[in-house]
Amino acid sequence: MSAIAMRNQEAAPADIKMRAAGVDVSYGDKQALFAVNVAIETNTVTALIGPSGCGKSTFLRCLNRMNDVIEGCRVSGQITLDGVDVHDRAIDVVELRARVGMVFQKPNPFPKSVYENVAYGPRIHGLANSRAELDDIVHSSLRRAGLIDEVRDRLDEPGTGLSGGQQQRLCIARAIAVEPEVILMDEPCSALDPIATAKVEELIDDLRERYTIVIVTHSMQQAARVSQRTAFFHLGEVVEQGETGQIFTKPVDERTQAYITGRIG
Amino acid sequence: MSHLLIILAILSLAAIGFRMGRGRALALAGGDARALHSLPNHYGGYVLLNCALPGLAVIAIWLAVEPHAIRWLVLSALPGDFRVLPTERLGLAYDDLRNLAHGVAVNHAADAVLSAAASHYLALRRIAVVGLVIVSLAVAGTGLWRGWRRVAPNFAARRAVERYIRVALIAASTVAVFTTIGIVLSLVFETLRFFGKVTLWDFLFGLEWSPQTALRADQVGSSGSFGAVPIFAGTLLISAIAMAVAVPAGLFSAIYLSEYASRRVRDVIKPVLEILAGIPTVVYGFFAALTVAPLIRDTGGSFGLDVSSESALAAGLVMGIMIIPFISSLSDDVITAVPQSLREASYGLGATQSETIRQVVLPAALPGIISSILLAVSRAIGETMIVVMAAGLAANLTANPFQAVTTVTVQIATLLVGDQEFDSAKTLAAFALGLVLFVMTLGLNLMALVTVRKYREKYD
Repeated sequence: MSAIAMRNQEAAPADIKMRAAGVDVSYGDKQALFAVNVAIETNTVTALIGPSGCGKSTFLRCLNRMNDVIEGCRVSGQITLDGVDVHDRAIDVVELRARVGMVFQKPNPFPKSVYENVAYGPRIHGLANSRAELDDIVHSSLRRAGLIDEVRDRLDEPGTGLSGGQQQRLCIARAIAVEPEVILMDEPCSALDPIATAKVEELIDDLRERYTIVIVTHSMQQAARVSQRTAFFHLGEVVEQGETGQIFTKPVDERTQAYITGRIG
Repeated sequence: MSHLLIILAILSLAAIGFRMGRGRALALAGGDARALHSLPNHYGGYVLLNCALPGLAVIAIWLAVEPHAIRWLVLSALPGDFRVLPTERLGLAYDDLRNLAHGVAVNHAADAVLSAAASHYLALRRIAVVGLVIVSLAVAGTGLWRGWRRVAPNFAARRAVERYIRVALIAASTVAVFTTIGIVLSLVFETLRFFGKVTLWDFLFGLEWSPQTALRADQVGSSGSFGAVPIFAGTLLISAIAMAVAVPAGLFSAIYLSEYASRRVRDVIKPVLEILAGIPTVVYGFFAALTVAPLIRDTGGSFGLDVSSESALAAGLVMGIMIIPFISSLSDDVITAVPQSLREASYGLGATQSETIRQVVLPAALPGIISSILLAVSRAIGETMIVVMAAGLAANLTANPFQAVTTVTVQIATLLVGDQEFDSAKTLAAFALGLVLFVMTLGLNLMALVTVRKYREKYD
């Protein structure tokens, strides 16, 4: 009880998991984000929408410092996870990425078996003490990703042999196997057909109970279906953010209005 | 010289044909290029190819046939007592009369018969040149005329030119294939002659190699034994030492260059590594013989080891350095080709850079890395100059890297250098060695090819 209270005090206000304040990002000479402020609530799906090239993915990649691996990319401003700056010297980027997992636009399973794909994260973080524990983690992750019934007999087959939708759910299973607190999804359904998309969306809704989710999407219907909060990006700035219902029915800014009705983008 | 002029003449004719074809196409279309099926240049190109290709083909065939035809005509005009000469003597006589005709001093007084034959030879040569001019220009001219006549607004010159280009490309790609077949055939025939003198079993499994054969019956101690095991063992020993140097150094530098180095460092180091591949192997050879071998001998001596001054170690070390760029450059390419999305997936799960490289990048790049190593091995086995200079000639059957050993390539070089009879077992042995070497490297290259094919679609 007291531990939870302590934690709530740390992350004041209580329901904000991550917060970006005045974030600027530039690639070389080109500035991609301008003074972005976004609040991401705990156990909520936050959708980032906006036209191509508006900086949604760039912002998403700031949240677990994936931009570090891109040469010439500079990030400034404050991004906090549970109130602690992710750029703080005390924060280990490797540990940060274990807490803030990521699912990419194109399914990118490793060229290993289905089992090894999911076991990869737990192995490098030493989450299992025995083969039985590892088996448990792999099975429960696949189950939570809604994939276990399809791959139970194919755990030793290469992950790249699955269909596109299965591959993407495998990538989600791989991400949740390390027990992250936040899962970042960069257009996770853009390479999938409508049926696979529906399955992934259903899965996202289930995952919300345990994880905080940030999803970049080009599909306004998808944002409306899966998210509770939405932030609209335009030309590297956050134009508007708030409850998804409010953004889609009563947008305050006329640019948001123009985008969701299909006039810009 | 005169042949060069003929070729130039045909090319000029073809250039004229280009202008004529282009002009005719435009004229027939009434000056409106849009009325033509193809671009005016395609019609010009069609006439050009129709003119130049047959003309040049005639020259090529003519030059291949001419020497044989002249030789036959000259020899059959010689008096009867020449015709009974054995083939070798007849060849010598023919060389003599050719030298006479070209004004080169002949080592014995020219007799009347030879002088007459020489002037006959010169006359035939003159006729041949005139004939070539007439025939080739006639063929080229006919081609030009026929091509020019076919030019019409609805003639698909563009497709015709495309067919010519296709044929030209196919011809270019068959050159390498036929050369390989020719090499294999020449090796096989000489090798069969060798195995007429030495049995296959003695060659492949014999433990003693001393190819000196007696020239005279009273010579002693040079019976000639052709057991290839010691020299293949030497080759494998030196190649193994080379790979022990080149694989770690090459692979690690490839990993550093592709994964860790910033672009600035990479832009400097990569060309420098490639310079290493550009150094002539002769230079590596004397680096091995004059610098590395004495260094190893002296260092070994100070540890109380008995190191010969031409050690397998010296040759292997330097060969390994020579091979580093082959491995690093190819491996660098395959590591860079591993999709960035796999690296990001691993980083996204909280893996460190070295974990990502060891567990994701290298396994994905492994087929390419293995094939680069196999290519490097076949390169090491075939390398000659370094081992000629640094490895020695003694065919010792040993696994001690401090002793002198010899390799297949060194033996081939020494067997064939200098004046040799080409029907003794000693020289023919070189071809047998060459064939075995060829089969070995071919096998390695095939293995490399198969590994790459088999695992190519692993990612993506």
